[in-house]
This record gives sequence, structure tokens and C-alpha cells, in this order.
Amino acid sequence: MMCCICKEKEATVHLTQIAAEKMQKVDLCEDCAKQKGVNDPAGFSLADMLLGLGASQEMEQAAGGSHLKCPHCGFTQADFKKAGRLGCAHCYDTFSEGLEGLLKTMHKGTRHKGKIPAALRESQDLAARLKQLQKRLDKAVAEEDFEQAALARDEIKSTKEKIAEITAP
Amino acid sequence: MNLHEFLVPPAETARREGPNTRIVMSSRVRLARNLKGLAFPGWAKKAERIRALDQIRPAVETLPQMAGAFSESMDNLNALDKQILVERHLISREHAAKNAGSGLVLNREESLCVMINEEDHLRMQALRPGLQLKQAWAAIDAVDSKLEKKLDYAFNAELGYLTACPTNLGTGIRVSAMLHLPGLVLAEQINQIIQAVNKLGLAVRGLYGEGTEALGNVFQVSNQMTLGESEPEIVERLNKVLAQIIEHEENARGTLQEKKPKTVCNHIGRAYGILANAHSISSKETMNLLSFLRLGVDLGMFPEMERGLVDELFILTQPAHLQKNFSEKLGADERDLLRADMLRERLRSVSRPVNPPVKLDKPSEE
Repeated sequence: MMCCICKEKEATVHLTQIAAEKMQKVDLCEDCAKQKGVNDPAGFSLADMLLGLGASQEMEQAAGGSHLKCPHCGFTQADFKKAGRLGCAHCYDTFSEGLEGLLKTMHKGTRHKGKIPAALRESQDLAARLKQLQKRLDKAVAEEDFEQAALARDEIKSTKEKIAEITAP
Repeated sequence: MNLHEFLVPPAETARREGPNTRIVMSSRVRLARNLKGLAFPGWAKKAERIRALDQIRPAVETLPQMAGAFSESMDNLNALDKQILVERHLISREHAAKNAGSGLVLNREESLCVMINEEDHLRMQALRPGLQLKQAWAAIDAVDSKLEKKLDYAFNAELGYLTACPTNLGTGIRVSAMLHLPGLVLAEQINQIIQAVNKLGLAVRGLYGEGTEALGNVFQVSNQMTLGESEPEIVERLNKVLAQIIEHEENARGTLQEKKPKTVCNHIGRAYGILANAHSISSKETMNLLSFLRLGVDLGMFPEMERGLVDELFILTQPAHLQKNFSEKLGADERDLLRADMLRERLRSVSRPVNPPVKLDKPSEE
């Protein structure tokens, strides 16, 4: 395979870039690769670097070096610096300000896009349904369509019962 | 039942094959989950950890997928047991260091393994031979969906599943494949590949050995980012990159055979010579040479040897597996002698590498 830039030498560096769901392949010879800065070490291992010292420093700066303490588990900023791990689920609220910047550099986005526990998804769906029904009821009442209003009222009642069923321990 | 009776013999596990087994030794998908209202294991007091374990362990044990599983508290496993689990890639080194308050549930086939109170309350993983990331994801997704009905997970609509380390936040997923890449190492292209893969936000590390060292040319590629992307997207992204790495490895092997056939034969022939005849050999040298033996099988230089034998030896020559058969504690020197004895014995019936290699039909793979 020939280098796709100089078209003279044998390609030994094969790069694949995925940008915006499109895969691009480039085959370069050693010299062209160097010229194009493919071997530039500064461009790599971002996440690994952040995992270490970078993380806690960034958090400290964002939190203004304050002595925040999680009210649920007693975990502090200093503990995070030492362990690189948080104390409990509530720490994500306590340290949210400092964490935000960190999450941005560490991940693809800052909003969860994946799996949601089924029970939660269901109750979210029901809550949305409830809102819809309430609107329908209001509209029916305003229009003095009491037949529709009664229907909506009944459905609201059964939806509320379903929610109570799910959220009950 | 004790662990040694339970574990599937390496002779069997090493012979399980999946798609692209030539290069992809195994696939793994791991999910991290935590319980609501309890501190993460690293911060929790012992009593709180035990409380979490007591909630989680029965929930995991009663899963239909875990019928006939091995379930134990980590303080009931001795150092050797734990090391054996590490050498089989069933638990992490970190988990091996745990004691009371941590646990392990492992299914009969060793395809599902749940670590309780490792860094997170739950670290559950599905393992598959060869390249089977989608299958592994489906398996662990099913386990997780069953468990969420019995356990109250720490979940936040904005941030997803909450984990002890922010690097696992969101999906809590780590998708990884164990790759054997001797062609890229011999062709000195491995560093370029690692850098390119890193640029795509994926991690590559040597599976054996410390730091950057990759003993046996075995590498692990995994996702780094867990938030802002769905699980299937992450699996798909890794699959795409793995397909590329596989292609590069095959190309590197082809080029080497064409351009430097003597170099390749020399490495493989010497590896065979030493492994089959040495009387003392370290674990490090063994792994590096076994890698060439595996390459030799792939290239058709050992027409009668199974790839599974090499993979079995990869496991059996590790320190804890050698120690297992002896009651008294062995020193490193003694292990080197025993390792060499075992290799000579197991390779006795394997004929010298043939040259030119036997033409192999490339297995039909996706």
C-alpha cells in the first residue's frame, strides 16, 4: 500500500478517524506521518491525564478552594483529592459545581443518554400522561363538556393509582 | 463447594471460540451500579459495606442466570484462590485485595461474574470468547434489568447511574476486547495504532505486565467515556474500531510473511525451541514466546496444534496456577523450573514448525 500523500513510499501508518459518524481512512508513510504531526504525544491520552491530578485540581478551582462537605456522608474536597473517588451518590449534588467542568472534559456529553431503570421510565411516562390528562380536563371543564371531563377525571384517578403502585416500597 | 472444584478447567475455557478468535481472544462488557442511600464501598464503614453485601448477594444469587453459581464472601477466599481468579480475568486486582464486606458471584459457565463492593457496590460483567461485544452487552443488560427490580439503584435523570469515580458516570459501562497483536508489534506499528485509537477516545493497555509493557502482545481496548452516549452507541463505536485493528493486524501479518519471512520464522522457531526444551523459564519470557507460538498456529506453521493449547498454557503458566498443585509455598526460582517442566511435557507431542507454512483457509468470519 502506497502513502496517500507522497504516493512514493510504502504506507506504514494507518489512521482511521471517525468524525460525525463518518469513517475516514488514511495511509501514510513514516515520513509523511511525522510531518503531519501524527506522533505528537501532546494530542493523546487526555482522559488518562485527567484521571489523575488534573481532576481534583480542576474541581478545587471551580469550587473556589472552599471546604465543601457532603451532608450525607461527610466526604470533603480534600478526600476527593486523595482518593479520586466520591463518597456517596449525594456527593454529585454537593460537588456539582466543581464536577461540571470535569465531566465536560472527561465525557462525550454531560447528560445521560443511555439506559434508564424500567420502573423510573414507567413512572416518568405516567407523570407525562397525568399532565396531559389534567390539560384535557381543564379544557373540557372550560368548554362545559362534562362528558369528556368525567372521562378525563376517571383516567386521572386510575393513572394516579398506578403511580402510587409503582412508587410504593 | 470450593473454588477449585467449581472452576472450569483452562483446557476447556481456552478452547471456546468465537468470531475472529485468531486476533480477538475475548470480549467483555462491565456495568457499574450503586445502591441508593449507602456510601460507596471505598468510603463506607465496614458495617455499611456488610449491609450492602447482605442486600445485593441474595438478589444476585437468585437470578435465573445464576442458577448453580459460585457465591462467596471475599474473606472466605485465600490469597491463592483470589490470584487464580485474577489470572483468569474473572476479578480485578483491586477486588482480590478485598476482604469481609465484599463478595463474588460467578455463574456455572464463567460467562457472568458479579463483584460486590469493589469500587462500586456492583460491578457485573459478561464475558464471551472472540469478538462478541453485542452479545456480551445483551447478556449483562438482561442481568441488570432483573436486578433493578430487586435493588434500588442510585440513579439521576441528568447524570444516569451514579458511580464512585466520575469516569464511570452515566451508563457505568466498560466495553472491552482482549486482542493478540503480534503482527503489529513485530512490524513496529503498534504505537501508531495505540495513538490513533487513543485519539478516538478509547484506551489501549497491555493486559499483562505493569505500566506500558504488554507481555505476550496481548492488548485490551476499551471505551473511556461513559456519559453522553448510549450503551449501543458505545458498543458500535468499539466494534468499528476493532474491525479496523483486526484489518491492520492481518495486513501486518501478511506484509511480514511476504517481506520478512525469515524474521517471522526465526521468531516462531526460536519460541518453539525454547518453550519445548527449556529447564527454567520465567513467566514473562513464557508469555512473550507463547505469543509467537500462537502466531505460528495462525500462520499454519503448526498444522497439528490447536490454538486452544496455547491459550491454555497462557493461563496454566501463571504463578498462582503453578502454585495451585503444590501444598508448600514455591519461590520464583522453583516456579520457573516447574513451569519449564510443564511446558516441555505439554509441547512434547507438538512437532517442530513447518516451513513453508501449510496454507490455511482463513476461517469464514464476519
